[in-house]
Amino acid sequence: MKLPQAWRQPLAIVGGVIALAWIVIALAAPLLAPHDPLAQDLPRLASPGPGHWFGTDQLGRDILSRVMYGARLSIPLTLLLVVLSVLIGGLLGACAGYFGKWVDETIMRFADLVFAFPTIILAMVVAAALGASLTNAVLAVLVVAWPAYARVTRGLVLGVREREFVVSGRLLGFSAWRSLRVDVLPNVTGPILVLATLDIGTALLLLSGLSFLGLGAKPPSPEWGAMVASGVEVFDSWWVATFPGLAILTVVLAFNFLGDTLRDALDPRTARAIKERAL
Amino acid sequence: MSPTSSSEDLKGDTARRKPGRSGSRSPLIRFLARRVLTALLLAVGITLVTFVLTNLVPGDPVSANLGQRALGDPAIVAQWRAEHGLDKPLPQQYLMHLQGVVQGDLGTSQQSHRPVMDDLAESVPATLELAGAAILISLVAGVAFGVVAALRRDRLTDHLLRVLSLIGISVPTFWLALMAFYVFFYRLQVTPGSGRIDPTMSPPPQVTGLYTIDSALAGQWDVFASAVGHLVTPALVLALYTIGLLTRFTRSAVLEVLGQDYVRAARAKGLPGRVILFRYVLRSALVPIITVAGLAFGSLLSGTVLVEAIFAWPGVGQYAYKSATTLDLPAVMGVGLVVGGVYLVINLIVDVLYGVIDPRVRLQ
Amino acid sequence: MSLLAISDLKVSIGGKEILRGVDLDLRAGRVHGLAGESGSGKTMTGLAVLGLLPHGARTSGRIALGERDLLAMPAKELNTVRGGEVAMVFQDPATSLHPMLSVGRQLTEHMRHHLGLDRKQARARALELLGQVRIPGPEAAIDRYPHQFSGGMRQRIAIAIALACSPKVLIADEPTTALDVTVQAGVLRLLRGLCDDLGLAVLLVTHDLGVMSAVADEVSVMKEGLVVETGPRGQVLRDPTHPYTRALLESLPGETS
Ligand SMILES: Nc1ncnc2c1ncn2[C@@H]1O[C@H](COP(=O)(O)OP(=O)(O)OP(=O)(O)O)[C@@H](O)[C@H]1O
Ligand SMILES: [Mg+2]
Repeated sequence: MKLPQAWRQPLAIVGGVIALAWIVIALAAPLLAPHDPLAQDLPRLASPGPGHWFGTDQLGRDILSRVMYGARLSIPLTLLLVVLSVLIGGLLGACAGYFGKWVDETIMRFADLVFAFPTIILAMVVAAALGASLTNAVLAVLVVAWPAYARVTRGLVLGVREREFVVSGRLLGFSAWRSLRVDVLPNVTGPILVLATLDIGTALLLLSGLSFLGLGAKPPSPEWGAMVASGVEVFDSWWVATFPGLAILTVVLAFNFLGDTLRDALDPRTARAIKERAL
Repeated sequence: MSPTSSSEDLKGDTARRKPGRSGSRSPLIRFLARRVLTALLLAVGITLVTFVLTNLVPGDPVSANLGQRALGDPAIVAQWRAEHGLDKPLPQQYLMHLQGVVQGDLGTSQQSHRPVMDDLAESVPATLELAGAAILISLVAGVAFGVVAALRRDRLTDHLLRVLSLIGISVPTFWLALMAFYVFFYRLQVTPGSGRIDPTMSPPPQVTGLYTIDSALAGQWDVFASAVGHLVTPALVLALYTIGLLTRFTRSAVLEVLGQDYVRAARAKGLPGRVILFRYVLRSALVPIITVAGLAFGSLLSGTVLVEAIFAWPGVGQYAYKSATTLDLPAVMGVGLVVGGVYLVINLIVDVLYGVIDPRVRLQ
Repeated sequence: MSLLAISDLKVSIGGKEILRGVDLDLRAGRVHGLAGESGSGKTMTGLAVLGLLPHGARTSGRIALGERDLLAMPAKELNTVRGGEVAMVFQDPATSLHPMLSVGRQLTEHMRHHLGLDRKQARARALELLGQVRIPGPEAAIDRYPHQFSGGMRQRIAIAIALACSPKVLIADEPTTALDVTVQAGVLRLLRGLCDDLGLAVLLVTHDLGVMSAVADEVSVMKEGLVVETGPRGQVLRDPTHPYTRALLESLPGETS
């Protein structure tokens, strides 16, 4: 198998390997984990050592096993989250850009207002209102994540819409939906893919941040953000918070490495549009 | 008016505007007046959204605030709802709320039983001090790193800075805050603990609400030192993400400007490198950098919620957290309004800076 | 006598040979026209003189300014030559002036740097220069910004900037291509006049053989990184020896010589 040029770079390779490793860990956690992530049968707050390489928490659970099982929660949820925001934001943005006029105004003003709030405060209100659970935290992040895609898609669609082949398609009497699907979508997928890759990191940070605040995963679930939070109470046992945090860091880093390399492979103008709008 | 108006939008704006349609007042004043008007419109929008958001969500503030026993008694529930104006129809509630906002009354917090305005007056300056310090650090470090990376393009320094800035945007803020607290305060004992100043000291006389500035104004240098010492670690932790962001962004902005004709023309004039860098390159690159810095301030405010939690910083982040988790509607709406206001002010500052830097904006 | 002599100039970027041995001779008070198809290396020749070639370019040969070889000159010394002794005017005045710096700033900064003038002296000289390039109302113009001028006026300003430190050699890379036909003649006449009055050696790069025949004294024609023909204007345009020059001339519609 030959990698495309854009991926044959040290950063992309490192990112790819780390991401792949995490996916394997998530899939094979039951086989790899030395202990039951929920079993409280080890000595409490034991520092890292043989038998429990990442130490144990205040309930005597093995942190290594919990971190491994945490991947089964965080990684699929984050991916799902990004896919959903791409779909929702992309669809809304495409409609705004394609139909223009009041459709555009309504959708984009709405996006502006969501944008006006610091993401975590908005997500916090939503999560608190829905009740604390991991699913609701995902919904909350979804609420704040879609506008970025709506903006980028809208901008790209606006750029493509006036191009010759789209206009001629319309002249031939193709329906709006057809030209959106056949002419416009293929042209915006590349940039959206880059944005989504970069956004996996952002989404995971936000999701674990909500769990850290107690608005996401409930104990005893081995969610990384929640595990860091439980480490706050016993912060002199540094390992309780350190390892789940490192897990978050490495996953986010891996996808940022990948996304950053991909962005370089895009043409500079689109890349800049993405960068400015994706904050 | 989209908050992310890029430099291209600005150019488009100026190009479209017909020349020679000069009013009697100076262009700068008209420019500012237009911006303030837009800001006011958005402010109304923000009150509406906070209101809708806090009212249409399925959570019930009554059950979040009254105990089990009280909830069982319909009379108590009804009285509580009437007390907080929750028995009126929604549009009327919104108008009441808006009227209050105009008069500077944000209602009473259901948690602290104090006017939301008073709560905010205490917490807002704390957060502004933290976020302000962080954005200053980010701007200085991010722009410096980004410029160095661009000038050393594709060399070791550039690659190194790229990896470092990507790490910067990948670190979970709450975890970094905890690590910094553990290492520097608990282990090495080189930084002071949580809070804004030493607990044995009393805050400086309030002028701005920012302890660093107030203590300096009052000449209380021991308080000043303590305030700065308490500020450094959380501000750095908070800044790391924006430093990474601004480094990456400055690099690409500077590279783009370096390729411009006018930079080559400046070289052809035989100007020294540093003049070209500061006068020609940075001036142009600053326009997109300011745009991004303005947006980054929004993400900084997000970060404060997490950082304040670890460092026990008595700011809006903590207040927002407490009021959101208890569904304290007046408080949440107050926070939303403050945050929206800050956001508008930031946008205004960004717009004014565009005008200061770029004569094409100023001299329409 | 020749002010600037380029001999056997070779430039390659990333292994690709862009100039393959260019020879050119510029003399005081003379306009030397340089023609050639797009991509033949005209701009690269001009940039090589000022040491402004793109990143990673390798050069060999000799560019003699009097006794000194510009290619062998240390960077610092080269910086005093740039703008001071050799100046350049670029193709598009819309992009070659900094949009956020006032005309006065861009006119005076290198004077102050190269000539050591103070603010007042530099401003006086700038006003004089603006007059020289026929900008109406120099007193008002000096405090304005590039976007407040038309394309032709901007190119005049760019020429004034190039002339500010009284250079001996002026390289003008298609200075009229981006301008309306109606203002082209004015800018060319200005260049010709300055060349005569100040005794400048001018290298005028252009696509336009009409422009060439109107103002150039000598003409060189480039093709694929080589000068294929050079000589006095009349001779080259009336009696070309190289088939490529002939083809160029024939492709010109309605050329009257
Ligand atoms: N930055 C660069 N890197 C590599 N090659 C370049 C670069 N810039 C130009 N070239 C190549 O150098 C050659 C000469 O280009 P040059 O710009 O000198 O042509 P020109 O004669 O000025 O053309 P034109 O009339 O279009 O301005 C071209 O083949 C071009 O592809
Ligand atoms: Mg050229």
